[in-house]
Amino acid sequence: MSDKQVELNEHGHELLAYSDDSRHDVDEADHYVLMADAIRDLLIEKGVIKAGDVREQLEFMDSRSEEIGAQIIARAWANADFKERLLADGSEAIKEFDIPMLDAELVVVENTDTVHNMVVCTLCSCYPRTILGMPPDWYKSKTYRSRSVNEPRAVLKEFGTELADDVAVRVHDSNADMRYLVLPVRPEGTDGWSEAELAKLVSRDSMIGVSPARAP
Amino acid sequence: MTGDVVTEPLFKTGDQVRIHDSNPPGHRRTPDYIKGKIGIIERYCGRFVNPEESAYGFDGLPLRHLYRVRFDQAHIWKDYDGGAGDTLDIEMYEHWLRPAGGSAPKQKKAIFQ
Repeated sequence: MSDKQVELNEHGHELLAYSDDSRHDVDEADHYVLMADAIRDLLIEKGVIKAGDVREQLEFMDSRSEEIGAQIIARAWANADFKERLLADGSEAIKEFDIPMLDAELVVVENTDTVHNMVVCTLCSCYPRTILGMPPDWYKSKTYRSRSVNEPRAVLKEFGTELADDVAVRVHDSNADMRYLVLPVRPEGTDGWSEAELAKLVSRDSMIGVSPARAP
Repeated sequence: MTGDVVTEPLFKTGDQVRIHDSNPPGHRRTPDYIKGKIGIIERYCGRFVNPEESAYGFDGLPLRHLYRVRFDQAHIWKDYDGGAGDTLDIEMYEHWLRPAGGSAPKQKKAIFQ
């Protein structure tokens, strides 16, 4: 045992190092910011990248948003042929939208009356960024990443999504080269709607699979 | 993507596999919770750079076969609280997969419906 005073929380339990409530998180954040800056400066100094490349990449990522994903979903709702192609090969189907997938492949999973899909990356924060923009903070949290895989129904309930037992919950751990988009159930009362109208009902969270699409 | 794969994929959709239970040091994409568990190949995803090599500046070649593997949640977690049809899909590089008794038994096929 070291002489270091052990920190206790209000219940008298020892605080775990690196847990969410530990002071280490602050130190870690500072550490990674410093490391990222140092690596960027070194890459520029060695001529691997230019400062403008970093800015361009930031500009590109800021230009991406969930509206792109909503257009894809709306087309799948409106066009059965596109939907079939989208579910069979997501990367191939979205070529008509001119969306770069970078090095990853797109897998689209369909919610139905009997199946509910939700997406998580337990290892980090893999996310279809070119289709949905940057992931929300909760998607990157340790809590969501660890709980979504072993108690998805409890997590969904906290998001306001309660499912009957006979609806199968399919969790997709996005841990490697695939990126996932959930095709939510098309809301009722939208017969004959245009793609543009339908797209307004598609929320970011419904494409991650933690909520249904908006009601009309 | 360039780079030769000398082998054909070992597994096909519906095959039953066990995730290799091993804890080598370094960058791995196989989380602990799935090690040693038995699932079914949901689909073959293609060939990809091996992240266990590319993470350290190597070229990650030869490319590795990647699969999506589907598991019953009740098999992964002892105290899983949810429907019997609940499943989890995860991507696995072929070198983490071991054959586990041929094709899927009939009751397992239900999870593909």
